[in-house]
Amino acid sequence: MSAAASGIRAPGPSALDPRARVLLLLAFAIAAVALRRVESALVALAVAGAGAALAGLPARRVARRLAAAQLGMLPFLLTLPFTVAGTPVAALGPLAPSAEGLVRAATLWLRVNAILLAAQALVGTLDAGRLAAALHRLGAPAALAQLLAFTVRYLGLLEQEYLRLRTAMRARAFRARSDRHTWRSLGQLAGMLIVRSAARAERVMEAMRCRGFTGRLPAPEELAFRARDAAWLSLACACLLALVAVDRW
Amino acid sequence: MAHLVDGVVAWPVLVGGTALAAAGLAIGCRRLEPERIPQTALLSAAFFVVSLVHVPVGPWGMHPLLNGLLGILLGWAAFPAVFVALLLQATLFGVGGITVLGVNTVALAAPAVLVHLLFARRLERGRRALWGALAGGTAVVATAVLVALTLALSGAELRPAAALMLAAYLPLAAVEAAFTGTVASYLGRVKPALLAGPALLAQGRDA
Repeated sequence: MSAAASGIRAPGPSALDPRARVLLLLAFAIAAVALRRVESALVALAVAGAGAALAGLPARRVARRLAAAQLGMLPFLLTLPFTVAGTPVAALGPLAPSAEGLVRAATLWLRVNAILLAAQALVGTLDAGRLAAALHRLGAPAALAQLLAFTVRYLGLLEQEYLRLRTAMRARAFRARSDRHTWRSLGQLAGMLIVRSAARAERVMEAMRCRGFTGRLPAPEELAFRARDAAWLSLACACLLALVAVDRW
Repeated sequence: MAHLVDGVVAWPVLVGGTALAAAGLAIGCRRLEPERIPQTALLSAAFFVVSLVHVPVGPWGMHPLLNGLLGILLGWAAFPAVFVALLLQATLFGVGGITVLGVNTVALAAPAVLVHLLFARRLERGRRALWGALAGGTAVVATAVLVALTLALSGAELRPAAALMLAAYLPLAAVEAAFTGTVASYLGRVKPALLAGPALLAQGRDA
């Protein structure tokens, strides 16, 4: 598996073609989900961590995001040790966590974090235009690719608009409590956000039509899938296959 | 909480969910005229922003799903909008998962389409607070059922977790109903064209 790590290490994830990165992430996620043993899940997490470090992701931001992601796993981490049948390791009153259940919960935790790290390292560092172009070239409909590019563009705008409206509410001494007035006000805030943004989207569309938009956008950037990308991709996939094979042996 | 994570869903369920998502995406993209892409992107972005807001409910954080509202406003285009938002969440913010993208897309977008078919027509005619609330609540309950079903089909050992998640969704359904009702009646007063648009879109006419 050290070879897979070096497969990412040599050029660094950011040197790969966007399509290779999307495909690699998909292969990594599928392989990681197939792992059953704690040791191999640990290897996957280490590889993903190395990839994230090489991609130059700021460690603090990654840690904060991973922390936020832990919530979604809680229901499974809490129940799996007790619901998977197997040899009990301890007795907590009527509940007895099984060794198999603990292994299942531990691998789940490791795999989820490995995949999330890999996703941020491989695709999270792509800008929206390149990701959209890569998805389109991989067979996604043009509408989906354009939607992706526009959505990323609007994320920033929406946040600014939201902050502006919140400031206006604060200036009128609004304070969020859990009562009817608060819910009505927040609902109207969301409604206002949608109305203003729809007006903006209309203006954007008119401007685009003025420039001859008919549903197609020129490719934002040349993507070059070189022999090197193919080589790294197949090497990494071979290593992932080997890891899964060792895990299942 | 709204999203299933990688590695809990069994392979057959994963493959089935992904196939359903692909079909939904194909229909959604075909019905998404170029003129409506900016507007759809906007709602997708709103969906994304709102779903990062955590509201503590019991032991876990929850966030508004907003898929009822999305369904009312977008119809079938909810599929691409949800998919894009989930993809960005997983890759940019590390929430959700990669292999479960399809399953999560179906769990959120199928109820949105359902709600659109049930309520969009009625919303155009009036009593928007009532129909909006019903749409918001129905979408959340349908999502909860789909998520629980996905887990229950994936293995008996996951059923307690499925029950836990189902229970956690119910208070959210009430909050979401009130919220969607308010937004719908606001939009009806301020810009009714937004509520009327997607009905045309759903029939494939030029909106």
